[in-house]
Amino acid sequence: MPGLVVERLHGGAPHALAGQLSAAALITGTNGKTTTAAMLARILRADDRAVIHNHSGSNLMRGVTAALVEAASPLGALPNRATAVFEADEAALSEIAAAAPPSVAVFTNLMRDQLDRYGEIESIALRWADALGDVPRDATIALNVDDPLIASLESHWSGACLRFGIEDPDIPPAPDGEVMDAVWDPTTQDDFRYSRRYFAQLGRWHTDGGAQRPTPQVAADQIGSGKEGIAFTLRLPEGEQGVALPAEGLYSVYNALAAAAAATALGVGPDTICRALESHEAAFGRQEDLLVSGRRVRVLLGKNPSGLNQALRTLQTPGERHHLLVLLNDGIADGEDVSWIWDVDWESQAPHCRSLFVGGDRAADMALRLEYAGFPAPCAEATRDIDEILNRALSQVAEHERLVILPTYTAMLDVRRRLGQMGASRLWDVA
Amino acid sequence: MSVDWVLNVAVLYPELLNLYGDRGNARALERRCQTRGIDANVTPVGIGDRWSPEHADIVLVGGGQDREQRRVQSDLHRRGAALREFVEDDGVVLAVCGGFQLFGQHYRGWDGEIMEGIAVFDAVAAHPGPSIRRCVGNVVAIWEGETVVGFENHGGRTYLNEGQQAFASVVSGFGNNGGDGLEGAQRKNAFGTYLHGAVLPKNPRLADRLIALALERRYGADAPALEPLDDRAALRAHAEALHAAFTPAESAIGRRFA
Repeated sequence: MPGLVVERLHGGAPHALAGQLSAAALITGTNGKTTTAAMLARILRADDRAVIHNHSGSNLMRGVTAALVEAASPLGALPNRATAVFEADEAALSEIAAAAPPSVAVFTNLMRDQLDRYGEIESIALRWADALGDVPRDATIALNVDDPLIASLESHWSGACLRFGIEDPDIPPAPDGEVMDAVWDPTTQDDFRYSRRYFAQLGRWHTDGGAQRPTPQVAADQIGSGKEGIAFTLRLPEGEQGVALPAEGLYSVYNALAAAAAATALGVGPDTICRALESHEAAFGRQEDLLVSGRRVRVLLGKNPSGLNQALRTLQTPGERHHLLVLLNDGIADGEDVSWIWDVDWESQAPHCRSLFVGGDRAADMALRLEYAGFPAPCAEATRDIDEILNRALSQVAEHERLVILPTYTAMLDVRRRLGQMGASRLWDVA
Repeated sequence: MSVDWVLNVAVLYPELLNLYGDRGNARALERRCQTRGIDANVTPVGIGDRWSPEHADIVLVGGGQDREQRRVQSDLHRRGAALREFVEDDGVVLAVCGGFQLFGQHYRGWDGEIMEGIAVFDAVAAHPGPSIRRCVGNVVAIWEGETVVGFENHGGRTYLNEGQQAFASVVSGFGNNGGDGLEGAQRKNAFGTYLHGAVLPKNPRLADRLIALALERRYGADAPALEPLDDRAALRAHAEALHAAFTPAESAIGRRFA
């Protein structure tokens, strides 16, 4: 852990290194940080910049310090034109912004996540409003205006703001009864109302008090399925272009918009942005398809109700059924409170399940939830040993079929390690 | 199929007080009734809705943040007398976390502001201030000689006044206040608790107790006996939660990253 060592030895080191950066992008929000950061890094490399990037899961100050130290020469020099892409944990935003002043700060969304660790989401929104005070005045903030909690940050900011959102009028609405993570504006107490709601509190919103979703300058329209993933028209301040994004689900469009907005703020042109998005490769556990002993395996990280609902929707093609391995851990990084699984719409996934395997430290809690949702009885469950349950699930999958693994965060690390040992392809490019 | 027995289950403010999977409680009651040929009508009740407890058999209320509790407060007060009457008439209530606090005498929030409750339970709750740690973690408590399991996450500390019976006694976790070893409150057939998880699916005996009490109140001597169900999955989840309560997450993490 070089970050920890440097932090202990020399608290000013990250600041000194960060001073050499030609630009820095900071990405925060509940869902989509890792994928947005990966997309942005790819765009910046396509623009011939040296990219310094903290890896997924290292999104506290320590991970940022480690990324800077690793990128530096033995004499402490960063490469020329070095641009940093830092994903920042919701709670670490202020500290990271102060140590590595961003040129652009991106806010993706704010969802209910690990209440035992983060607390209530309105209080995060208020902390972020405060944290904007640590962002340099000449920086740009990029806001997802479809999330009213994110859009409201603009009122706490006097500098440049780039808004992004979805403009397509034909997006199917969120299912009835889906849990809303925010029901009203924390400042004015006005209820959010929707002419269209896509998922959680994201959509075309307004309030009776006269607030409404601002028009985005970076937008996706005409969203449809592409050859391998999702296709849409990307509108940028300097023109619009079609993008075929090799990823699925509306949340992938939001990730692409966030990355495009950040790249625009950093001066990258539309052609480079669109070309790089089309060559996107999923990070591990984020829609990545792996090949393991001739079988396809897809790992979809599921860590909170909104994120998992979105991931499940990518699996619900009519008539399609999957072998599913659901892994629920309750470590500190997963959230020790597993009650959130009751707020996930498993019911709509049940008809798409061919066979079910359940594992992790709280496998029995998960199995009970899935029994209530109408899933078939698990072929195997309540196995604490992830290696064993993974082997059993893989043995069920015929050569041309696919196993879908839905792990929480620490379970994903276990799965990554195990699949690596099994020689899964396309694993080593994600560190 | 004709349905001989019916229970009306009202869920108060499900859009606002739903913080910790509390929807699982209604699902548990619904399913445990329907498997036994008892029709459970689950009705959500929102702010301003026309509803009175007079036709209800079971009333559920879940947890919410302080600001959500404030939001429902005046509507709940409007229904306070009717709900107290419902409880005195042996109506069945399960009030969880924030809902439990609102069913007490009052709750003093971290900012010192007092929120009056509807006084079903003779209990007062107070938040000791934003700098004091919340009560967070797995809980094991003893209720009528058996374990009940769940997860708690509350800033407020509840103290029962003299004569107010607790729901359970704490074996592991904080319970009402982390000091007196008590968990929740019980007044006749009304149960208040800090346990979520959701609490009923993995504590099937507690779920069945609520159903049995409601059937007895509605049908008297004609109430059907509750036949046993296949609770293997529920009891495994119960056992796993017991294990989690006695295995701190820090050691689990240490093992994983070792």
